[in-house]
Amino acid sequence: MFRLGLALTAGFLMLTTSVLASEKWTQTLAKAKGQAVYWNAWGGDQRTNVFIDWIGEQVEQRYGIRLNHVKLSDTAEAVTRVVAEKTAGKSSNGSIDLIWINGPNFLSLKEKGLLAGPFAQDLPNARYVDFSLSSPSSVDFTIPVEGFESPWRLAKFVFNYNSARLASPPRTIREFLTWSKNNPGRFTHPVVSNFLGATFLKQALIELVSDPKILQRAATDDNFDQVTAPLWTWYDELRPTLWRQGKTFPASEQAQQQLLADNEIDISMSFDPASAAAAIIDGALPDTIRTYTLANGTLGNISFVAIPFNARNKEGAMVIANFLLEPETQARAQNINILGSFSVLDQSKLNDTQRALFGSLPNSTALPTNAELGITLLEPHPSWMTQLSKAWKKRYTQ
Amino acid sequence: MKKLELSHVTIRLRNSAHPLIDDLSLVALSGEVTLIMGPSGIGKSTLLDFIGGHLDPAFLARGSVKIGELDITYMEPERRRVGIMFQDDLLFPHLSVGENLLFGLRSDLNKATDRQALIEDALSRADLAGFANRDPASLSGGQRARVTLLRTLLAKPHALLLDEPFAKLDKHLRTDVRSFVFEHAIAEKLPILMVTHDETDAAAAGGKVFILHETSR
Amino acid sequence: MDDPIKQSVEKALYAMNLKAAISLHSALIAILTAAFFLPIVLGFWQTLLPSFGYLPVLGVSKFEFQAWQDLVTEPGFASSLSLTLFTGFASTVLASLLTFSICAMIQNRIGKFATEKLLATFLATPHAAVAIGLAFLFAPSGFFSRLITSWTTEWQQPPDIITINDDRGISLIITLIAKEVPFLLFVTLSALNHIPTQKFMAVGHALGYGRAQIWISIIIPQIYPLIRLSLFIVLAFSLSVIDMAIIVGPSNPPTLSVLSLQWFYDPDPLSLKLATAAAILQTLIIVGAVIIWHAMERIVTLAGRWWIRKGQRDNISDYLMRLLAALAVILLACSTLALISLIIWSVAWRWPFPDVTPLSWSLQSWTYVLNSKLNILFNSVVIAACTSLISLFFAIAWLEWPKFESPSIRIIVFGVIILPLFIPQIAFLFGLHILFLSSGFSASLISVCWAHSLFVFPYIILTLSDSWRSLDKRYIRSAASLGASRLKILARVKLPMLLRPLLISAAIGFSVSMGLYLPSLVIGEGRIPTVTTEAVALATGADRRLQSVYALLQALFPMIIFFAALLIPRIVYAERAYLRGVRL
Repeated sequence: MFRLGLALTAGFLMLTTSVLASEKWTQTLAKAKGQAVYWNAWGGDQRTNVFIDWIGEQVEQRYGIRLNHVKLSDTAEAVTRVVAEKTAGKSSNGSIDLIWINGPNFLSLKEKGLLAGPFAQDLPNARYVDFSLSSPSSVDFTIPVEGFESPWRLAKFVFNYNSARLASPPRTIREFLTWSKNNPGRFTHPVVSNFLGATFLKQALIELVSDPKILQRAATDDNFDQVTAPLWTWYDELRPTLWRQGKTFPASEQAQQQLLADNEIDISMSFDPASAAAAIIDGALPDTIRTYTLANGTLGNISFVAIPFNARNKEGAMVIANFLLEPETQARAQNINILGSFSVLDQSKLNDTQRALFGSLPNSTALPTNAELGITLLEPHPSWMTQLSKAWKKRYTQ
Repeated sequence: MKKLELSHVTIRLRNSAHPLIDDLSLVALSGEVTLIMGPSGIGKSTLLDFIGGHLDPAFLARGSVKIGELDITYMEPERRRVGIMFQDDLLFPHLSVGENLLFGLRSDLNKATDRQALIEDALSRADLAGFANRDPASLSGGQRARVTLLRTLLAKPHALLLDEPFAKLDKHLRTDVRSFVFEHAIAEKLPILMVTHDETDAAAAGGKVFILHETSR
Repeated sequence: MDDPIKQSVEKALYAMNLKAAISLHSALIAILTAAFFLPIVLGFWQTLLPSFGYLPVLGVSKFEFQAWQDLVTEPGFASSLSLTLFTGFASTVLASLLTFSICAMIQNRIGKFATEKLLATFLATPHAAVAIGLAFLFAPSGFFSRLITSWTTEWQQPPDIITINDDRGISLIITLIAKEVPFLLFVTLSALNHIPTQKFMAVGHALGYGRAQIWISIIIPQIYPLIRLSLFIVLAFSLSVIDMAIIVGPSNPPTLSVLSLQWFYDPDPLSLKLATAAAILQTLIIVGAVIIWHAMERIVTLAGRWWIRKGQRDNISDYLMRLLAALAVILLACSTLALISLIIWSVAWRWPFPDVTPLSWSLQSWTYVLNSKLNILFNSVVIAACTSLISLFFAIAWLEWPKFESPSIRIIVFGVIILPLFIPQIAFLFGLHILFLSSGFSASLISVCWAHSLFVFPYIILTLSDSWRSLDKRYIRSAASLGASRLKILARVKLPMLLRPLLISAAIGFSVSMGLYLPSLVIGEGRIPTVTTEAVALATGADRRLQSVYALLQALFPMIIFFAALLIPRIVYAERAYLRGVRL
């Protein structure tokens, strides 16, 4: 009896909180109606741009929200803008409502208290996401998310190679060195000031370092040189064998993909497992390109959306963040013919009809299966990336 | 009828103490051609600029200009009714011959309807009948000079300034154009002030001659 | 009429008119100062503060030289600095040499209208578009490499050589020259209208000198003072260019302007100090460069004088100039080819190495942009049209107003007007944006138009004032003596006679506005996307087909306006021989 009573009380409590929550969400929806939301999101990928256009159509129809995609060539532009607004004392009616963000940019805004929230767990669709401690959705580059950003797409570090020219690509960081020595000038990475170039160095560091656990704590001046020493030995050997003798590097992932398309290199890299498959469908890459990951796993993280402290249309931004987590939206995003971005939802939290949405998606030969994606390695503390970029610059800039 | 009268005109450069024209007084009677002669750079054209109201801001001037009893020294140039002809014809190149004349023809003095007729009439008096729609660039030098005078006279000026208007014409043309200009201008009983280098101009004009000399430094 | 009262009234009226004119004139100067000068100075000040450690929002407000020390010790700083200086000077010197050579060779040989049509095409094409096109032509997997491969069939893969993005900046220099030569050509050709070239050529030939030598010793010394300012503008531009340096410049390290931009957009806000220090340094570099250029002028003049005094008739200079002119023609041909390759890319679907023509075709890139991105096109065209019209209006007001102030003040005011062309955009736009935010404005078409007019207005003044001044004043005097008021003279005589230069200035203003990147990005807060912000955002992306569509759109509208500017006077003045022959 007592047990039943407890269960009932607990059930009642849950019911009230959920009723309260749904009431609060109804208010949010009402406020969001008619808002013009400015979503600052990197605009270098055409398929993402088209997908965001679709999101705009949907939220206009469903919630009466006008979505404007502010295309950034670098997410840091938005960070700079928020900082500039703070400098100017503009603490409300800011120009940005929503930012596609993660890692160092998130850290930078969160540290300075320039984000609104926490809001992520309050979204109705948060129930489909695994927010358990140290899950990818609750830790961003070792930084606790704490509800200040909401996940929307999965990113995993992958390599793409031309199967017409290459039977088996290198599968460990050390194999890259031997392969590149035998095939000089056919491999490169984006410049290290670029996010993806730095990721390649991090990936190498994880494989070459004696104890990867140390990377989960902030880098110190004392341990940095010693920890990274094997990396630099390896890289000093690799660099002269790279494309253009390692004197110049493609500016971004996309510039590197263009090199692959132009047959200037044989292997490229990406932070999106579907990008090559998508590029094949778009005619931007030959259909002999295949995507693969490394034997010991590769880095992975999640792309989030966050709301600046001074956003003018916070409610509209939250509704969009929530809409991004609709199973229907996530399935559409994972459709290789549309975006091909892997879902951030926990499949075990979906019901059968929702799971079916993902099961019936079209496939592509270039697209890796979930099994082929392999182990996901944890992102090191952001300080490693910052320090690596600095050290690389010091060592290899003329 | 009315005369053009300069009294005690002194013109100097703003940053110079030395006057270009020093205390000049003269009277140009109507229906007569009064000549101003003198070496180059003496300030003849500057004097005409002063009378016409176009003096460059770099200059300072004293003295007065009167037409009849009306003092025009401080008037806006467009209200002075002082006609001017230069060495070059300066027909507006974007307008036809007729439009050039219509530009000159004062609207307050002529009814809108007979403007076209007046133009045709003026052209035929100058042996240029049917030229109204022509491009000024297609006219000969002599024809252009005549159109320029017509344009000037259609504005009904009270005085006419001539700044070496025949200097660029051939010798035989010069005589023709000169007599055309003098005839028409004198017929309108205008006081005419002409700047020239040419002795034959002086002989043809037959009026008073003022010779500007280098002022002492 | 003998009425002393009336006379004194006339006198008083005249004085009043004069007073009114003077006060209106001061009002105009005040407006220009408030709209143009103050924002730049304040923006610059906001940039100067962080470079000396004053950044209160981040909790630092101590006066220090830390940022400057960090800048100097930044890895690659020395090479970035020398790269910036080298590309800036080399491209300006070469561009002017090529321009003079090509002028000397085509003068009186090629029809004016043909030259103008050709020039308009190049003038209208924005910098980013030229860079994207040339990058494709010269890349190891690019068009030329494919041509060679198709003849030799030896290369299975593109050669591993550095062509574009070379670390010495040679490809950046070539691209800059390709874009600057048409501008300098335009300026030089209009300067040539001021001197009787034909007569000097005749005199020179009669004395036994060749074409090149006459140009070097007689004609260039006469036109040089007229184009000097434009050379300075080109020099300042080349030293601070951003979009071209991103697309074809070296990346490790890049030029100082790109470094500065990277720091501005660094996730760590403290990089702002470094960014502002680099921006201020760029300003100093431009000031220093103008001084160095001045010294170079003196040396060249002395050498030239010595050469002229020798009285030697030689052929070497003829060969040299012909060679340079040939290089210039090749470069312009490459620019044309670059445009053509953009057109092909925009309708290609797959075009892999080593194919000389695309494998498959598609209009998808065009339909995508024209279906869903019309608002971007609309923004660009509206901004460019409003900006050039407003700037034209102010330019006419400025040129038309009687000048009462002393010549030295006039030079200062003129200096203020052209200031935005000499201060690196990055050195005041960010500060300006902060000011903008603090005053409570937010991004709108109007604020972007205003930011654009900071750059468009000086270009319009520069291109228009020459024609305005060279209009024979006696036309105006004749009109006034015929009783026409100032306004009537302006409307009926000046504007119609200057129709052509007015339209050309408007077209130049239009294309400048279409090509502006940083002002649209910073003042528009990213909320006012334009064709150029899209094009540069995509230039970091992969889709060469979409890049080409945007680059072509960037070029298309200015081209239409340019051709309209060339054609309208020919149609309106079809019956007016003199005006058709009138040069700018």
